[in-house]
Amino acid sequence: MICSELLPPVVEGDVSNRDNVLILGAVAYAPKVVSIWEGFRTVLEARRVPFDFVLFSNYERQVEALFSGAVHIAWNSPLAWIETDRVARARGRKASAVAMRDSDRDLTSAVIVRARESAQSLQDLSGATVAVGAADSPQATLIPLLHFAEAGREPGRKPQLLRHDVFVGKHGDHVGGERDAVRALLAGQADAACVLDANLLAFGQDGTLPPGATRVVFQTPPYDHCNFTVLDGPHGELVERFVEALLAMSYADPEVRSLMDQEGLKAWLPGRLTGYAQLERAVAKLGVIDGWLARMGAT
Amino acid sequence: MSPPDDGRAQVVDLEDLALDRGGDLLLRRALSALAPGARLEVRGRDPMLPIHLRAFCRKAGAALKSADGSSVAIAYVTGGAPTREQGAERAGAADPAEPGAIADRPAATWGLAPRGALVEAGVAPLMFPLADKDVVWCDDAGRLYAQAVAAQWDPATAIPWDADTNHAPEIEDAVVQIMTYLIENETAALLVPARFVASLHPHFREVMQLLAVQVADEARHIEVFSRRARLRRGELGLSTASGQASLRTLLEEPDFAEASFLLSVLGEGTFLSLLRFLHNHAPDPITAAVVRLAAQDEARHVAFGLGHLQRHIGRDAGLRARLAGAVERRHEALRQAEALDERVHDALVLLAAGSLSPSRIAEGHDLVRALHEDMHAARAQRLSRLGFTEAEAAALSNLHTRNFM
Repeated sequence: MICSELLPPVVEGDVSNRDNVLILGAVAYAPKVVSIWEGFRTVLEARRVPFDFVLFSNYERQVEALFSGAVHIAWNSPLAWIETDRVARARGRKASAVAMRDSDRDLTSAVIVRARESAQSLQDLSGATVAVGAADSPQATLIPLLHFAEAGREPGRKPQLLRHDVFVGKHGDHVGGERDAVRALLAGQADAACVLDANLLAFGQDGTLPPGATRVVFQTPPYDHCNFTVLDGPHGELVERFVEALLAMSYADPEVRSLMDQEGLKAWLPGRLTGYAQLERAVAKLGVIDGWLARMGAT
Repeated sequence: MSPPDDGRAQVVDLEDLALDRGGDLLLRRALSALAPGARLEVRGRDPMLPIHLRAFCRKAGAALKSADGSSVAIAYVTGGAPTREQGAERAGAADPAEPGAIADRPAATWGLAPRGALVEAGVAPLMFPLADKDVVWCDDAGRLYAQAVAAQWDPATAIPWDADTNHAPEIEDAVVQIMTYLIENETAALLVPARFVASLHPHFREVMQLLAVQVADEARHIEVFSRRARLRRGELGLSTASGQASLRTLLEEPDFAEASFLLSVLGEGTFLSLLRFLHNHAPDPITAAVVRLAAQDEARHVAFGLGHLQRHIGRDAGLRARLAGAVERRHEALRQAEALDERVHDALVLLAAGSLSPSRIAEGHDLVRALHEDMHAARAQRLSRLGFTEAEAAALSNLHTRNFM
């Protein structure tokens, strides 16, 4: 028998050893996030975009990693976008939203009541108990509460809040908080509930909301949701290639269709900043990220 | 929905139907029928329609022009993402008689799709090692499957379990030993097709169904042989080392054609003679019924084995030599076991004799010798149907395991 010298294995294409790789941060709000980004990594690599990803358990940790340089692009919730933008401004840097899903545009939230209740508007809910989602959910808590506040109903006093803090840190990405809010409404524990329009439809379809059981008393103006956020810096060319590859993806292409289905989009679109004004006002009014901003030196 | 006309929007009127109570179905149908760039007018009276419609369109990738809050909501929907039919592929045809219905090499990406279905592009490949029509297909599979389904029998009612069994105890012992032997043989005959059905591309639906029924047949045989064995005895007979060694070689055969040849053509074919023999010499109506019903099923298994191997041999000139090699290899592996296990042999002799008297035993012995000759002649005849010459068939038949299966 001939023995050869024992050599360490060489791993071809080991991404951790490569320079000039775009590293994306995403929050793992559900197990499918792993398969989504593994899938996109394969597709992007095949399309000559050197790409890797890191998953976070919460958006604040992800934004911090964007500033530390551990990730180069963050798949941000709308609240994480505002957090990034605030810190960037405080530090003299520039944050940009470079791409988003078609389904991130023009969302609305609804305030619903039991169908037989008399309330017709937010004003009619004076003194009411309002069921909301997680404390950091733009769609099921922050934006609806902004409208309560702007209608003269200060949060925390009147109406009373019934919070459903499912996975705080994930900015309401997990639907559990909204579902619990709706159940609280149906159980009579709350007089109204705040819910994303898409979940209003989904809860009707899956039977969470019985037909005719509820009524919409208020619908917010449209707002935007997630975006890919980058900071000014040395990765501009890679970011451009990444965005170009995203925008070139077609739902007609079977290679990416199932990934797009899982991620909930039919087309990637360029980023835009026109849809975050309501959340900006909500953050200012409700002060929900003040503590975190202070820790980041951005107050 | 009104038909498309000169530039005006098509209309879907949901009346009072909510999108979360089935209105989405009507909307999806209308959208899928919409020409590229055409506009769909959506009407409805459900108060939630405007907000539901917004969410629906965002998910569908469709553009929503306006959704007012009046008592009758009217909105205009344009576009929508490409449908799942785009790039999809038809997986052969459901009717196997249609030209091109059965693919020679069905794609791994067809996966579990029914034959004849439209398969969406992008299905992750599902690897089925048995995916070659030449290897697995039998033009008669559909007919054999239908016949198998029609011939299913219920062990509880098809067998006269209450009939008298008042033969001598030594004859009952012989029956129990034979039933024990049959059960372990049928267990092997269950496991071999079960293993292959799990490897078979579901595109060959009729073959898959036939193998599945074959497995179910053997399960039933095991049930009735077990029940017969325990009618008058608390325990089963002896499971012999040589019997198990012979059956083991069937389980270890990895090639579908070779395993099918050894099991169905040679093994189950030989069993047809054995079951007929047991029927002729059954000491009671229960034993006669279980072996008769089992033989009906086994005949079908043999027919399928012969059918697909005949077709396969017609397309692969080297197959006959491989099959012969398989018999020779098995013979070499079983060289130590040169004869049928004596417990089984004695039980057969005793059953045919009907008693322990020397003169009857001599008769029984002669009948078992005749059984061996009958088995050999039937095997050689089946081998000749696969194109082996008379001399080859006789030689190969002689190499077949002495254990019958």
